[in-house]
Amino acid sequence: MALTLLRGMRTPVLFRMNAGLFFTTLHRPSLARFTTRAESAQATEPKATPQSIQMAIKEAAEQKMQGFEAVIGIETHVQLSTVTKAFCSCPYNYGSQPNSTICPTCMGHPGMLPVLNEKVVECAVKLGLALNCEISMTSKFDRKQYFYPDLPKGYQISQFDIPIAKKGYIDLDLPMEFGGGHRKFGITRVHMEEDAGKLLHSDSGSYSQVDLNRAGVPLLEIVSEPDMRTGIEAAEYGAELQRIVRYLGVSNGNMQEGSLRCDVNVSVRPVGQSEFGTKILLHKEGQADQIVQETRLWDESSQKTFTMRKKEGLADYRYFPEPDLPEVVLNNDYIDEIHKSMPELPEAKRRRYENMGLSMQDVLFLANDDNVARFFDSTLEHGSDAKLAANWIMGDIAAYLKNEKLTIDEIKLSPLELSELIASIKNGTISGKIGKEASPYFVLILVELIANGGTVKAVIEEKDLVQV
Amino acid sequence: MPPPLQAHRLLISHRRIPTPARRRFSAVSSVQSPPAKTLAPGPAASSILSIRESLLSGERSAAEITAEYLSRIRRTEPSVRSFIHVADSEAVREAEELDRRIASEGKDALGPLAGVLVGVKDNLCTANMPSTGGSRILEGYRPAYDATAVRRLREAGAIVVGKTNLDEFGMGSTTEGSAFQVTTNPWDESRVPGGSSGGSASAVSARQCVVSLGSDTGGSVRQPASFCGVVGLKPTYGRVSRFGLMAYASSLDVVGCFGSSVSDTATILSVVAGHDKMDSTSSSQNVPDYASELVSLDSLESKPLNGLRIGIIQETLGEGVDSGVATSIKAATLHLEQLGSVVEEVSLPSFSLGLPAYYILASSEASSNLSRYDGIRYGRQVSADDLNELYGESRSNGLGHEVKMRILMGTYALSAGYYDAYYKRAQQVRTLVKKSFEDALKRFDILVSPAAPSAAYKIGEKINDPLAMYAGDIMTVNVNLAGLPALVVPCGFVEGGSAGLPVGLQMIGSPFSEVTCVIADI
Repeated sequence: MALTLLRGMRTPVLFRMNAGLFFTTLHRPSLARFTTRAESAQATEPKATPQSIQMAIKEAAEQKMQGFEAVIGIETHVQLSTVTKAFCSCPYNYGSQPNSTICPTCMGHPGMLPVLNEKVVECAVKLGLALNCEISMTSKFDRKQYFYPDLPKGYQISQFDIPIAKKGYIDLDLPMEFGGGHRKFGITRVHMEEDAGKLLHSDSGSYSQVDLNRAGVPLLEIVSEPDMRTGIEAAEYGAELQRIVRYLGVSNGNMQEGSLRCDVNVSVRPVGQSEFGTKILLHKEGQADQIVQETRLWDESSQKTFTMRKKEGLADYRYFPEPDLPEVVLNNDYIDEIHKSMPELPEAKRRRYENMGLSMQDVLFLANDDNVARFFDSTLEHGSDAKLAANWIMGDIAAYLKNEKLTIDEIKLSPLELSELIASIKNGTISGKIGKEASPYFVLILVELIANGGTVKAVIEEKDLVQV
Repeated sequence: MPPPLQAHRLLISHRRIPTPARRRFSAVSSVQSPPAKTLAPGPAASSILSIRESLLSGERSAAEITAEYLSRIRRTEPSVRSFIHVADSEAVREAEELDRRIASEGKDALGPLAGVLVGVKDNLCTANMPSTGGSRILEGYRPAYDATAVRRLREAGAIVVGKTNLDEFGMGSTTEGSAFQVTTNPWDESRVPGGSSGGSASAVSARQCVVSLGSDTGGSVRQPASFCGVVGLKPTYGRVSRFGLMAYASSLDVVGCFGSSVSDTATILSVVAGHDKMDSTSSSQNVPDYASELVSLDSLESKPLNGLRIGIIQETLGEGVDSGVATSIKAATLHLEQLGSVVEEVSLPSFSLGLPAYYILASSEASSNLSRYDGIRYGRQVSADDLNELYGESRSNGLGHEVKMRILMGTYALSAGYYDAYYKRAQQVRTLVKKSFEDALKRFDILVSPAAPSAAYKIGEKINDPLAMYAGDIMTVNVNLAGLPALVVPCGFVEGGSAGLPVGLQMIGSPFSEVTCVIADI
């Protein structure tokens, strides 16, 4: 998962040594040696990593020896999958015809006023709790003002100085193929805001078109502390956020659709220095001779970043409190209700699976996707052994899903039948010597169940496999 | 031009002018003539109620009434110019439709405002009718929705006869700031009707419509009401939905109304007031039936005001106020005493701070609210070679001088490094002003003052002196800062014009106490 995420969210680090002797551009996340706590990974052979990543790992190790480290902070925008937009009752469907889900309010027509969608507050509190934040009992909206054609009102309704949640943290485990290890990164704040529309530029560049379907869609912005030191850490942070929002059901977290967007802030400093260096902001989408504060875009085709704009100080957004919306006032009952309705989060799952004695590799796989975890938990509920269930799910079932391009929800095998299968094997109901020669039969049964459903008993009888 | 309407003969008036047919509250004098009792027969027959009676009895049809008003509009518009747009064919059609329904359903077809012709200030959106906000940047713009206040009037049976002139986007106190035309004061063609709701006030004053809607951000309903000699009501902030009102200063704007009598104004308020889910700042407070609280003139002898405590704001009768205005106000308060109230003077210490605080807050919010007028999605666009030029040219070209000035002031006040010194400071002053009103309204039921330091001035007199124009708002802005309701009723005249120039008395109450103001007003 981290790997897939890496492709979606580049965090190359660019820097130049003071002495001017050594100049590197990395195309893949750098890997400094970790000195963080706990678990060295089991000595499992990491999955074959792409050539460039291995190169990057090597280069990073070299850089570390040069005495520099990256300091990374990430701003993430999560698009909420509410039925209607943040301040009006328009729906939002990714991929709709341009300007088909708009109304005078989200278009910024004269006389129109925003009305808060209460689901947005609910999602914000949910996410704030999931990120272990302090929830602000009163918060307010502010106007962030600037002119751009995709911003209909000429201002974005956001939260400036009193966000709905702050001072949290996120727990995650790095993938085994990158050395594993537990990390905890700080979350500075989570706040609510609305999205802008989209601009489509003509090929000739002589005109651009404005699509306001997305204008007014609710977003949650999550700002992390600059706690990450390597690209892998940054990537896994993003992956964990994606996991969390999907677990909570507040967003589908699809980067391709733009439901999850990360802006990465990178600076460099000598190892041991506590002040931060000059910041560079990387959007997903150049080369510096000297570090100037700037924004860079990632170009997918050339696999490089280039300068988008230099920041001459901070932009002046002329923030002031939004007069059209009252304060958001919460009470403890409301927060408790939401707390009760929250599912078990990835971190809790990982710890629980770990306590069952599963390997970190297994734990990370099972906890990555909520649906897989649920299937696994369900199988255990029917009495199966954790390790056996994990093996089946991670092995033959995962292979089947991959080949047929299905998700675990879409197969006809039920957790009950999986547990039956496991039990049948264990107690010898199925013929043959226990061991490798028998396993093709087991797989046969499994595939039959996956493809056509039914019960283990029925398949055994049909295939005439009862132990003699 | 026929003499302007004096139907709002209220208790206090210096003169008696021959009364046209429909009237109710008689002129009662100050010192010059003894109290007159020319009561119209029947119930409190406001224009709205008498239209209703005519329709019910069949004496007149809606079509006839509409034709009468349209004809008056045609005759008077060349000199008054209240309307940016007259919806004559729609009005005729709606009136005919109403007549048909009366014929088939009888009394049931009559909503509370059946057949009543209404003027709507052009910064209120009216579906499929031009709504320009008095600005070139919205020339030709037709909204898809009615503003909530307009919708509620229509649902009650009112007929929108046209869109009235205003200072561009509500910014101004004379209506000279309109991009389209200058409206004149029906009392004296060489003078302004006040602003920014000048067209709405003059339309009622010249009897071009029965009642009208305006908006009040810093006095824009009350000052024109005073200048034009009509009743003007500014409700409590949040009493009436702002949905569909082109925003000038969101925390100060309210939709207000004009009528020729307090009774009519009360009826309009009952219809438009109330919570609106499309406006998060609208109040859920219950809407009383304002008109039913009115006391008829019969009971004047019995001192109906019954110990009502009235406080005259000291700071509004001193230096800078026209002596004729001060005299009228004092006479009015004497009269209120005669009706049983207890009148005293009261000082509001932070009174003078309100004006600069208002202009900072209003300009700041306006600079933000007007950012949407960029020519990109609607309105007038000037084509250009790059984006910034497009914005610059469209807005320079489309927006008027006063608006541009306030946008610049507001942008400056909100910019980094200045927010604390200006906007934040102004908000703190606002809290002080609010508090001083609150304290005073614990001791008094109503506070009174003039609505303006003078009667209507000449057209062109203040146009080159914005600060002098702003200074004229001193009587009214504090009420917006505090979010309080205020009613202006004509209370006298000063010298000027051919028949004198009207002066209005402003009565300020505590939040949602429109009832009290209205009672006091009878």
